[in-house]
Amino acid sequence: MRTGLAGWLFAAPALLIISVFFFLPVLAALAVSLTDFDLYALADLHNLRFVGLENYAHLLHSREFWNALANTSCFVVAGVPLSLAASLFAALLVNSRLTRLPALFRTAFFAPVVATLVAVALVWRYLLHTRYGLINWALAGIGVHPIDWLGSPHWAMPAIILFAVWKNFGYNMIIFVAALQSIPADLYEAARLDGAGVWQEFTRVTLPMLRPTLLLVTILTVAGYFQLFAEPYVMTEGGPLQSTMSVLYLMYDEGFKWWNLGSASAIAFLLFLMVLGITLLEVRLVGRRDER
Amino acid sequence: MGAEGEVIARLLPEFTRLHPDIEVRLQQLPWSAAHQKLLTAFVGDATPDLCQLGNSWIPEFAALEALAPLEPRVAESQVVQAQDYFPGIWATNLIGDRLYGIPWYVDTRLLFYRRDLLARAGFDHPPRTWSEWAQMLAAIKALVGPERYSVLLPLNEFEPLLVLALEQPEPLLRDDGRFGNFESAGFRRALGFYRDMFERGWAPAVANTQISNVWDEFGRGYYSFYISGPWNIAEFKRRLPPEEQGSWMTAPMPGPDGPGASLAGGSSLVIFRRSAHKQEAWQLLEFLSSPAVQQRFYDLTGDLPPRRSTWLAPQLADNVYAHAFREQLERLKPAPRLPELERIVNEMRLVAERVVRGDLSLKEGPVELDRTVDGILAKRRWMLARAAAAP
Repeated sequence: MRTGLAGWLFAAPALLIISVFFFLPVLAALAVSLTDFDLYALADLHNLRFVGLENYAHLLHSREFWNALANTSCFVVAGVPLSLAASLFAALLVNSRLTRLPALFRTAFFAPVVATLVAVALVWRYLLHTRYGLINWALAGIGVHPIDWLGSPHWAMPAIILFAVWKNFGYNMIIFVAALQSIPADLYEAARLDGAGVWQEFTRVTLPMLRPTLLLVTILTVAGYFQLFAEPYVMTEGGPLQSTMSVLYLMYDEGFKWWNLGSASAIAFLLFLMVLGITLLEVRLVGRRDER
Repeated sequence: MGAEGEVIARLLPEFTRLHPDIEVRLQQLPWSAAHQKLLTAFVGDATPDLCQLGNSWIPEFAALEALAPLEPRVAESQVVQAQDYFPGIWATNLIGDRLYGIPWYVDTRLLFYRRDLLARAGFDHPPRTWSEWAQMLAAIKALVGPERYSVLLPLNEFEPLLVLALEQPEPLLRDDGRFGNFESAGFRRALGFYRDMFERGWAPAVANTQISNVWDEFGRGYYSFYISGPWNIAEFKRRLPPEEQGSWMTAPMPGPDGPGASLAGGSSLVIFRRSAHKQEAWQLLEFLSSPAVQQRFYDLTGDLPPRRSTWLAPQLADNVYAHAFREQLERLKPAPRLPELERIVNEMRLVAERVVRGDLSLKEGPVELDRTVDGILAKRRWMLARAAAAP
């Protein structure tokens, strides 16, 4: 009993901080999402109405929300595997004994992560420029007609995915490098003695040993990519034709541009539930395979 | 706020010399953060005494009952003479019969155009009506070929279409701002003209984030007409090379059947209701509104003054690029004054983009827009109904 009390006492500061700065705001947001809190309510609380689940119902019937959800899903479905593959590939390259100056490449690959998003977005906007962009110039070299990257509703999302993957792969790469370095070298030696090739070494030794790291990185990346906001905000402002509007961007517009805090909170909650659901699913899927 | 916030520091010493008993504390805000900061200040009961406020924000802060009505002070003032102000810009500060701000500078939109290209296409004067403008747009497009365009209407800006819509006799909203009025013949005409400019290849379907440098592109003749505001006079003067300086000019907006109206933007000076120093704040407001100080303000910022008497100053009378603005200022048309307006014009822009890109037809666009706008105005209708029901 005494030790239990001591435990609680030790945990109390952290619990207190989490309650004040996390649970309370979340509960408040949940409450707000059941009202039509807006600018008028800010002026006078008599203008506040309890609307129950109306905000949610309205969202589930709105074109904007489904469009934003589809865009975000597209970003996650295409972006996460691409990002993981790029990170893992870069990590393998940097970690390879054949690579010269690994520290230099590690730094170079990590540089986009620490670079200011707005600054690199500007550079990318020039790279992707329809008439003067380097990318279209290179494509013209192999006979591809100029692509209106950020101006066409079909190409804007691929451009954003490309940009986001480039911006973020360095972070996961560092995690992968750390995990790769912790794989004992004797496993590879044993595999080679058994006659395994490079590919077999990768699929039979590296990948299984990376499993926990992969799970962690996947969960972090999926959760992060669901919160797509800054890239379209600086690159396209959600356009063209709302094709790069994400769920979080929709929430930002509702909440901080139009001050419909009730409906913005509802969006935030739906996004939270989705990310939670998908994360649980990921953990269960990977966990089940471990039991086998 | 923004550039004005920096410049006003240079005007204040004179005020403190005239009023040694009043101490002015200045706080500068970037435009991007100003709106949130002021709302937070309102909630936290920390609003300033006197403040610059974008006039599209006035309905919102008036709805919050954050602003002090100024019409009693204007009635007694020797300096602030309502009839000296351009009526369109004065009206943006009026909500019902209450006056919530005094215009500080005006921001409107009109045509910047390439005089040389227009001359090569066979015209010696800027357009006065839509049909004349359409002829010029077609002639310039024929002249410059498929790679270049006649006019730039960035799809992520609502202003160009809003100007065309304001030029119509029908208001944007009906029933005292209870419902959208976008299915009216007037708005359909404006949207139709707007769509035509893209469909005929006169305007490129781009957002301004895709134009790396609007000034260079104007100089290169990528487009010949550009609907923009007064700040671009200084930008074009600065950014275009000297040999191209003779090639551009400004002109008032053409209307459907004659000189057209344009929107009434800009900033006003407001006094907050909770201020404990309203009298002193009003003295500073009067100081900043006097024609002599407004002239110096124009010299420092290039912002257009809202008073006719300030425009008599030589530096304004001699600026050839400002003449069109002087003319346009007499024909400003305020947009409906309600807190929801910014959202409504944004929805208008989104629907217009869908129409331009063929996602909606010209017939469906206004119907869709009215449906959305009516949804946005639902809360306003409820509040108006409740106010009417109350004794």
